[in-house]
Amino acid sequence: MSLADFFKKKASGNVAKDRLKLVLVSDRANCSPEIMEQIKNDIIQVISKYVEIDTTGLDIKITQTESEGNNGSVPALFANIPIKDLKAGKK
Amino acid sequence: MGEVIVVTSGKGGVGKTTTTANVGTGLAKLNKKVVLIDTDIGLRNLDVVMGLENRIVYNLVDVVEGNCRIKQALIKDKRYPNLYLLPSAQTRDKNSVSPEQMRKLADELREDFDYILMDCPAGIEQGFLNAIAGADSALVVTTPEVSAVRDADRIIGLLDAHDIKNTRLIVNRLRTDMVKRGDMMSADDVVEILAIDLIGVVPDDESIVVSTNQGEPLVGTDALAGKAYMNICRRIVGEQVPLLDLNVKSGLMSRLANLLKKN
Repeated sequence: MSLADFFKKKASGNVAKDRLKLVLVSDRANCSPEIMEQIKNDIIQVISKYVEIDTTGLDIKITQTESEGNNGSVPALFANIPIKDLKAGKK
Repeated sequence: MGEVIVVTSGKGGVGKTTTTANVGTGLAKLNKKVVLIDTDIGLRNLDVVMGLENRIVYNLVDVVEGNCRIKQALIKDKRYPNLYLLPSAQTRDKNSVSPEQMRKLADELREDFDYILMDCPAGIEQGFLNAIAGADSALVVTTPEVSAVRDADRIIGLLDAHDIKNTRLIVNRLRTDMVKRGDMMSADDVVEILAIDLIGVVPDDESIVVSTNQGEPLVGTDALAGKAYMNICRRIVGEQVPLLDLNVKSGLMSRLANLLKKN
């Protein structure tokens, strides 16, 4: 391995760790990409009733988060929903 | 009352049988009365790793089907006064035994032994369900590879779903040199990902191959893996043992010493 490679490449141990973290999130949630897509579309529908959202910028994923009560981390559905405009007059 | 421990991993070839043989032998060396049960029906292996393959008369399926009494099927390891093996059947399949029968067997052995070690087959099907049926706790074996860690995670989830709460991790075949240059996940990385208690780290050690060739578990010997396995045994019986320093000295003197040892 040359010196240039050394700076370019991420150590493969860390690559393994990052890949594992990602794959285990979906393994643990038992959630296929198709189901995630459905959840995403449903969220868009519901939120759109009240506010105008940027559907292209919407991103949902299942991540681990520290739980407040018991020890350890718990899976959480994380949704990043950019709002374009609040529809003030709508009821 | 003895403790029933299942040794499992999900993925094959990570060292379940080697771990069962060494942990079992180590516990016997610590004066515990131990029985090892090979639950891998159809793919019998623990007997050869233990070097007891020539002494099999009856097997696990014989016991379960009532063809013999438990005592008749147990092979006494002559090297240790407290160590026994219940071999698996080679010509039958996993469906020859049910989880209920395994639970009953485990409960009977609990009366006579301090530790009952179940060597689990690879996979998550019938054989796995049989092996964990009577277990109080589990040792999950993994290597620092993505496939093995992923399978271990699945196994940990399944153990939890079957109410086996005391689950501890063994990171096997760690190569310190590769971890140092960043080309292998460290034991800490694996523990962080799997989020369960670590009970020991076993280095990748050529001595394991030699010991398996000879049918003589190396636990308790001077080999690094032998020391690592002995530490795991001490932790199982409740001693506080610090993690082994896996850094092999590769100085000129130790290399010379190794050279002399070999000749």
